Formats: sequence, structure tokens, C-alpha cells
Amino acid sequence: MFKTVRMTVNGKAVELAVDERESLTDTLRERLGLTSVKKGCEVGECGACTVLIDGVSKNSCIYLTVWADGHEIITVEGIRGKNGLLHPVQQAFVDEAAIQCGFCTPGLILTGVELVNSGKKYSRAELRERISGHLCRCTGYENILRALEKVVGSESD
Amino acid sequence: MSSISQSVRKLDHLAKASGAAKYVEDIVLDDMLYGKIVRSTVAHGKIRSIRLPDMPEGYSAVTAADIPGVNNVHIVQDDHPVFSGGEVNYIGEAILMIVGPDKRQVAKFARATEVEYDLLETCFDPKKSDTTFYEYGYEEGDWREAFAEADEVIDEEIFSAHQEHAYMEVQGLIGDYRNGKLTVRGSMQCPFYVHMAVTAVMGMKPEDVNVIADETGGGFGGKEDYPSILGSQVGVASYKVGKPVKCVFDRREDITCTSKRHPAFMRYRIAIKDGKMTAVDADILYDGGGYTTLSMVVLQRGLIGALGIYKFPSYRVHGKAVKTHTVPNGAFRGFGGPQTFFAMELMMNHAARKLGKDPLELRKEYCAKQGDMSPTHGVYHFDIPIPAMLDQLAEASDYHRKVKAYRNQTGRYRRGIGVSSVYHGCGFTGAGERDLIKGVFKLHKRADDTVEILAAAVDMGQGVKTTFRKIAANVLGLPEDRVIIVNPDTARVPNSGPTVASRSIMVVGKLIERAAKRLKAEWKPGEDQLITEKYVHPDFMIPWDLATFSGDPYPDSSWSTNIVEVEVDTMLGLTKILNAWGCYDVGTVIDENIVIGQMEGGLLQSLGHGGIELINYDQSGRIRNNSLSDYIVPTALDVPSLHVMFHKSEYFNGPFGAKAAGELPNVGGSASYIGALECALETDLYQTPFSTEDTMELLEGRRNG
Ligand code: FES
Ligand code: FES
Repeated sequence: MFKTVRMTVNGKAVELAVDERESLTDTLRERLGLTSVKKGCEVGECGACTVLIDGVSKNSCIYLTVWADGHEIITVEGIRGKNGLLHPVQQAFVDEAAIQCGFCTPGLILTGVELVNSGKKYSRAELRERISGHLCRCTGYENILRALEKVVGSESD
Repeated sequence: MSSISQSVRKLDHLAKASGAAKYVEDIVLDDMLYGKIVRSTVAHGKIRSIRLPDMPEGYSAVTAADIPGVNNVHIVQDDHPVFSGGEVNYIGEAILMIVGPDKRQVAKFARATEVEYDLLETCFDPKKSDTTFYEYGYEEGDWREAFAEADEVIDEEIFSAHQEHAYMEVQGLIGDYRNGKLTVRGSMQCPFYVHMAVTAVMGMKPEDVNVIADETGGGFGGKEDYPSILGSQVGVASYKVGKPVKCVFDRREDITCTSKRHPAFMRYRIAIKDGKMTAVDADILYDGGGYTTLSMVVLQRGLIGALGIYKFPSYRVHGKAVKTHTVPNGAFRGFGGPQTFFAMELMMNHAARKLGKDPLELRKEYCAKQGDMSPTHGVYHFDIPIPAMLDQLAEASDYHRKVKAYRNQTGRYRRGIGVSSVYHGCGFTGAGERDLIKGVFKLHKRADDTVEILAAAVDMGQGVKTTFRKIAANVLGLPEDRVIIVNPDTARVPNSGPTVASRSIMVVGKLIERAAKRLKAEWKPGEDQLITEKYVHPDFMIPWDLATFSGDPYPDSSWSTNIVEVEVDTMLGLTKILNAWGCYDVGTVIDENIVIGQMEGGLLQSLGHGGIELINYDQSGRIRNNSLSDYIVPTALDVPSLHVMFHKSEYFNGPFGAKAAGELPNVGGSASYIGALECALETDLYQTPFSTEDTMELLEGRRNG
């Protein structure tokens, strides 16, 4: 069964007819060419496919595209400033060498953007908790935590 | 700190942070079809019949009959089929590939393909295997006599289990055959391995085959040999259908059919006389799985390291790798070393307990020294900094106070602290660099005075593009942006060797340094210049002889000490890692951020193998936990802050004094973790991983007397 879905993706209105069973990951990657949305497990375990849905980080592999009707989706392709500058979270990941193979990176950056948008500050323990839905097999999470602390870390920690 | 160690921005960070980096799954070629492999569902059998579903036009099945060349993938030997020739030897072995334009349909037809088997006898227990793939050994002194005269003998079997690489990007490749030429591209560590294997399978001329490494989302050894198999499969498929064919696994498929760390059963005996360890006898058994793949060299490295960093008056080391009907085990960061080091390190703990000594001090006492004969009758040519590194970590971790404080604990929560001291031999084992790899490197200066690095090394996250560029730019005195390095393509780059064995910086980096020095001396502004450098075997080495298993297997070693502190909840069996320290001697650190990142990531993988990473096979030889929900890798909640330190040294024959780095942190982590558990639970343990369930069983056993 195909259904028409209207959503906003990275600021642009999109209208698509999609199979009801299609995951948002596949729609974003295969129809919209947003390949920053990675597939690491497709069962909601690794966080590589994370996107922001109305500002909230979600695993898009277990989110059906039809559910996205009427919602706003952000991927890493859509977070740069108007001037083309990196988002502060991206910049922090680059500066802190928080990227090795890069496969987990887009998802983690989006979780970082969500934290920035919350306006709150986070301790290292809280940050560990907030990124625990993301698997990174390359780093020991240290530089990722350091990058996030740079933008949303609480001084007290 | 040497100026080369100052961190620079990593070359690939911008593309990776902005989502622009293209991994194989992101690459779509015109007219491209998708492939899905039908795999054996039995561990050992003969294929009786295959029934394909009805498929519309445009869909086809690719089988062994479509292979234009040989149905054997060259790895070390040539025994792994591209597609089964009739017999299958493990669950997950490839039988055929369904190819077609729609991914979902392809998967559906693959599922609907019916294969019938005549079942053959299976063997899942390496101790009962009747097929020995490889067997080696060496000895020194009268160890028999030492055991005969011993006051006491410690006799134990230590077990190290499978480990899954769990790189975040699953395996995937594209084959693109057109006009008599084949391109294979995608996720891999070793473009020229793939090239060699595919050329034979296709029966093509080497110059008609081109292999391109795209962005590779982690490897850890898992993409060393496997892409030779998958590359052959997509090559044959594309040849048959005349269009590009992409085959990217899903996670379950990846865990089911790709290599793992070899499980190892290691029986160690230590003779003790007058309070001294006088002999060690080690009998090592590696489970090779269904085919030989890389077991030959993995076993060699394991045996070379079987006595750890220690010197004993007499010893015997013997080991073999055998066949079982499970997925072939292969390269995993450390390459056979972590298993035997784990066993030796545990034996040191147990010996310390027997001798009433501190485990850390006992390590210092038995540590070999520069100039000593090595276990394989080579020589330790350079300083062995382990005692100093142990002291460095003891101080950083407050080890000696804690060891005392953690004696005779009562109550629900008990703490422990464990230590390990290990090495990783730098580069290929034995004479591999000289006789097999023969690395060639080129530096191309263009007329615009930019310089391109031409090497086969793949950046799978370890940062090799950045560090290679740094070495060249530093020698040439050029700004980094004037030095270019892109992903390797066998048609453009010379064979500088595979991205394995922690060899890239020490071996290829040395070639870069030499080429850059020459270019600098011969620099002609505005002219095109090409500099070629070839591997030169260090002349100080005692030649390695495999037949007698003797000589210098490596020019030098990188050294590491680890201390881990845990807290065990004796009610629930849960172990929390409170602290983990690692001290590393990798020679000159070529880029601090990059090397620290490598050490942290490698240490975490090793800690994962200590406690939570378990592969479960069922009785039919099937891996039960083939998803990331069931195979658990550490999250940010599973580790404390990791404390990484360096011991300064310089290796004269490495670029700027650098040695091997990448695998080192994967060698000693699990041993120090299990050592910490031994300390907390005040007992000897014999395996890795030691899980929550294992802890509960041990504690319940105690309660029940
Ligand atoms: S791919 Fe969605 S959570 Fe792993
Ligand atoms: S950088 Fe490779 S998985 Fe995180």
C-alpha cells in the first residue's frame, strides 16, 4: 500500500508516495539522497541512523516514513549555518578529533544538536547517558564526550 | 614532545562531519543491480539440490558454474570457495547470489531459494577435530628436567573466546565488469589482496582488474581477508549480468558469515623450584573454523607471543590451528597475539598468588631485557621499557595502596585491581615484509609543485591519510595542503602492502620519509617528478626461519602496560569498570590525537572482550546472537574515563622514530580486566570473557559451599 507523505526535510517541503512499510532511513537515503543517515543495524540498536524529528533524536531505521507525515526532519546535511559554516557541534567534533571511521558521526552530531537546542548544560555522566544509544566501535568515546562538553558541558563537571 | 606529535586537523573530518563522505552503501552506479547471497543453513553437508523461485526477467542466480577462473579465493592458501562447489563447511557459507534491480525483491528471491543437503558429520569442538591446518613449535633448555625436578607445577587451561569485530559499517562491495575490465570497489583494508584474489577467480590479466577502496567504516582486521571473498563474488556476478552489482550485507548476515577472533584453548604448565619459575610448557589450540583463511599467520603470531614479555630458563611452546564447522576465524586487531598474551598474563597472576608475590612486581622480575635471547632464539635488540612503564602506571593508579586495601574484603561491593604487560611485534610476522609484501611506494611531484602520496593504505578510521601526509609534509617542509592523498585505487597506486599488522606508519611511513628526503634533495620547481622507494629489510635482524620457528619475527616491538580497576556487585554479579589506564610505547607518536584515539578505542575493545562480548553458537553450529541487540559492544556507559599515557622512545628505523601502534591497545586490556576480577573475587580465573553470569555462578558455587 502506498501513501502520500508530506514532511519538511532540512527546511524543504517534501511530498512523496511511499510504501507503508518503508523506513524513514530508506526514504531519506534512497529517495532524497541524504546518505549521511547511516545503517549500522536496522533494528534500533546502534544510533547510526539517527535523525531529528521535530527536534527530537530518533532512530530512523525503526521509524516508518508514513509516521513522518506533517513532521519536520533534520539530517546532518541540514544543520550547517546559512553562511555554510559548520554547526558548533560539527566544529567541536572536528576540533576534538572525535571522528575516526566516521560511521557513527552523523548520528552522534545530531544528538549533540538536540542537546544544544535544549539550552541546558550537561555533566559528563549525563552526556554518557545521552549518547548511550549510539555505538562507536572506533573511539573509546573520550573525544566524543570532550567535543560535546565543549558545546554543552556544565562547568561544574 | 616531538613537533611531529602535535595534532593537526584530520584530513577526512570535514567530509565525515558533514555527511558528505561516501561509503559503499552510498554509491549508486548507473544501471546498478543488487546482489543477495544465499547461504548454507547447515554446518557441514553436500548440496543435493537447489530450487530457485520463479523470477521475472532481469533477475538471475549466480553460482559456481559462472566463475570464469578458479573457484578458490586466494588468502594465504587457496581453499575458500567463491560459491560452494558442492560441499559446505559452515553455516553462512555462500552458495549462490541472486541479482536483480530491486533490492527487496532480490532479498525475497534469496529467501525463497530452496537448498537441500545431505548432511555430513560435524565437528564444533576443536579438541575433537581430526583436521589440523597448521602446527608449529619451539623450545629451549631442558624443560622436561625442570618439570621433573619442580617443587610444584601450576597446570591450567586458559580459554579465550570468539570476538566479533562489530565495525559500524557492515561489509559491502560493488563489482563493475564492462568492456573486458573489472572494477571492484567498496569497504576493505587491503586493495591488493582483493586484486590478487579477484584476478585469479576471474581468470583475467592483472592490468584488467582495478580495485578501489572507498571510505571504510572500521575494519579492525575484519576487512583484511573477507573482501577478497566478497570481491570475487560481486566480480563474478557483474561478469555474468554485464552490469554493476552491489552487495552490502545487513548486520545479521555480517555477523553470521564474516570472520571472528580465533577462540583459543591454552594449556600452560609452569614449573616452580625454590620459589622460582624454572620452566613453562604451553600447548595452544586455535579454532580455525571451516577454512584456513588467515589461521596460518594468526597462529604464528600467537605462538611467538606465548611466553609474553618474560624470560624463563627453559620452555616449550607448541600449538596448532584446527578445522571446525564454524565460520572461518581470521584477523582481529592483535592477530592471534591477544589470546596467548592473555593466557600468559593470567598464569603470571596465578604464579604470583602461589609464590606470595605481587603480580606487578613478579612481572618486573621476569621481564626480558635488551640483549637477551628472545623465545624464538632471536634477540631483543632494543630497550624493553616494561618495568618503567609498570611503575609509571602503578603511580598513576595508586596501585600498591589499592592492592593492599582490596585484600579480604567483605560486603556486597568488592573492588579489584589488575595489571598486564604485553607487546605487539611491529609489522608482518617473520619474513613477510621481505618475501611476500615487498612494499613499493611512490611520491609524485606535479608541475604545480603539489606532491601526491601514492600508497595502498586504507584509512578505515585510524587516520592514516592524515599521518602519511604529515610525514611527507614535515620532511618536505611543505604546508600540508600541498600534499595530496586520496583513497587508493590499484590502477593508480603501487602495492605498498595491506593495511594490516600495524605496519602502515612504521613500514610504509618509512618509505614516505625516505622518498620525501630524496624529493627534497632533488626538487626541481615546476617539473614533474616521480620518486619510487622500495622496502629494505633491516640488516640487524636474525633471519626468520619458519621451518625451525626461529629468528627475529619482528624488527622491534611496541610495548604496553595496563591497569584496570573494577567493582563487583556480589549480589547481582555485575562488574563496573572504575578506571582503566594504559601506558604505551609506540616510538614517536606521529599525531597525538590520532594515537590517543587509537589507544582508547583499542583498549575499550579489549575490555569489551573481557566482560560483555560473547558469541553464542548453538548445537547446530549457528551463531545465535547475530544482531547488535544480542552481541553487546560497550557503550559510553560501560566505560570510565580511559587514561592513556606514553612511554617515550624512538625506533631508529621508523619515520621520525615511530613504531607500530594500531593493534597494541587490543592486546593487554582483557587480561588486566580479568586480573582485576581475580583480585576482587580473590580467586584464579581461567577465561575471557568472564561475564555477569560467570560471576554469579562462581559466587553461588561459593555460597553453596
Ligand atoms: S541503523 Fe538504526 S539504530 Fe542502527
Ligand atoms: S568513529 Fe567509527 S564507529 Fe565511531
